[in-house]
Amino acid sequence: MAKGVKPRIKVPKQASAGDMITIKTLISHKMETGLRKDSDGNKIPRSIINRFTCDFNGENVVDVGLDPAISVNPYFQFNAIVPESGEFNFTWYDDDGSVYEKAKKITVT
Amino acid sequence: MSFFNKIFVGSLLLMLGFSTVSLADESAKLVVEGQPMITRVKAPSHMENVDEIRSGWTFRIKETQSLQMDDFENPGMIFVDKGLDLWNKVEGSKNKACASCHDDASEFKGLRTVMPRWNESANALWSLEDHVNNCRTEQMGAEPLKWGAAPMDSLIAVISLQSRGMPMNVKINGAVAPLWEIGKELFYTRVGQLDMACSNCHEDNYGIMIRADHLSQGQINGFPAYRLKNAKLNSIHARFKGCMKNIRATPYEVGGDEFRALELYVASRGNGLSSEAPSVRN
Amino acid sequence: MKIDRRGLLAVGGSLACTTLIPFKAIASETDEAIAKFTGGANIGTGGITLTTPEIAENGNTVPISVESGKASSILLLALGNPNPNVATINFGPLSGSRMTSTRIRLRKTQEVVAIAKLEDGSFTKDVKTVKVTIGGCGG
Repeated sequence: MAKGVKPRIKVPKQASAGDMITIKTLISHKMETGLRKDSDGNKIPRSIINRFTCDFNGENVVDVGLDPAISVNPYFQFNAIVPESGEFNFTWYDDDGSVYEKAKKITVT
Repeated sequence: MSFFNKIFVGSLLLMLGFSTVSLADESAKLVVEGQPMITRVKAPSHMENVDEIRSGWTFRIKETQSLQMDDFENPGMIFVDKGLDLWNKVEGSKNKACASCHDDASEFKGLRTVMPRWNESANALWSLEDHVNNCRTEQMGAEPLKWGAAPMDSLIAVISLQSRGMPMNVKINGAVAPLWEIGKELFYTRVGQLDMACSNCHEDNYGIMIRADHLSQGQINGFPAYRLKNAKLNSIHARFKGCMKNIRATPYEVGGDEFRALELYVASRGNGLSSEAPSVRN
Repeated sequence: MKIDRRGLLAVGGSLACTTLIPFKAIASETDEAIAKFTGGANIGTGGITLTTPEIAENGNTVPISVESGKASSILLLALGNPNPNVATINFGPLSGSRMTSTRIRLRKTQEVVAIAKLEDGSFTKDVKTVKVTIGGCGG
């Protein structure tokens, strides 16, 4: 597991059924491109978040493939439709095999 | 500003096709999480050559500006989170964390705005870093943190955040007066291979573009600042060091006497602007 | 008027810098990435909006957003990077308006391309040029 990885999520606490809501996500991650060299001239191996997904009650909202051109601390903002109360599940996949997860509940009235 | 420097800057502008028209929205109002910030105000009376002081925020392009208006968008807040983890981390021979004595960082509301200031018991000019390290060595029995390194900057960000929106109000008379004079002297002294003083860019030429850089007044009311350039928090002294390297000068020591005095003087040039830390800059 | 040797060197140096901003797409890798996404289908225009700053203050963190009302997925490419791929966004059944904002790295001045695959299987694109320049003191 890469060092200092911490996911952050911004989701409204409640919404009306069928509303479109804005979701912001950010995960602290160095996003090492694999193109840089250290002071001894050795290539620093690539280490990035390569995939990010957001699901709501088991149904997909977005599924993003990331390349090294995504900035350090990957940030994504997108929209979701919420048909009912439930839980968002956010998952980030690291090159090193680590998986970081975070869930956020929303009440739909 | 010497004629040579005018030629130099002017040639850069011409060659790159930049005009003095910037892409910054200089009239924009900075409101962070609903709280308005003072980004333009009458210069303190000790400043002879500047009428209005302006936050570095007003010199940035709108995309950079907007990053600071929402704490989720502001990448500096990642480091505040890390600082809070450190705030609660028990360390040292006395098994204490910052939180053992200071339950809530909000008790330091206002501290950022008066730093650096004279510390009677230490008989020295103290920056926020000194407060942190004094607590660590004396109260926690822990190792001091390195000035300008991520753990220190994150803690400073936590403390500074408590004063966000409050106007900078650094004292320049009394015991610190001689140090303030040294800081002022440093601000106006040309150094390095490019033979430039802080004032050449940040007083004589703020507002113009040098190549892609929109020169600011060099205010430090937003520090520690998250820079897009290195994607981390930058301390005041680290920024001074960067500037000195840019003008091909040998930087003074981070945490050393020269930068302490310069910090005092530059901070006092921002008296009246809101403390914005952690700000977002390019 | 005082122009010394150092001054001339500095001015000459900055002239040299201006000629060192090349504008070259990595054609084969870009073509490959696009072909993989479209399967060789024709790419139209319209119905997709890519928003970028005209000049990035720093290439490390360039905020961009893309929106395409009927997209099922969007491919983002930066043609002047060592590798043109930036991201691929697949919109699921619960996604709202088909948009996303993110922050990307651009090595130099270049074109950023967004190609959307629409729900009817067709493709459309938008292209924006982002100027990326280094700071006045090389900083």
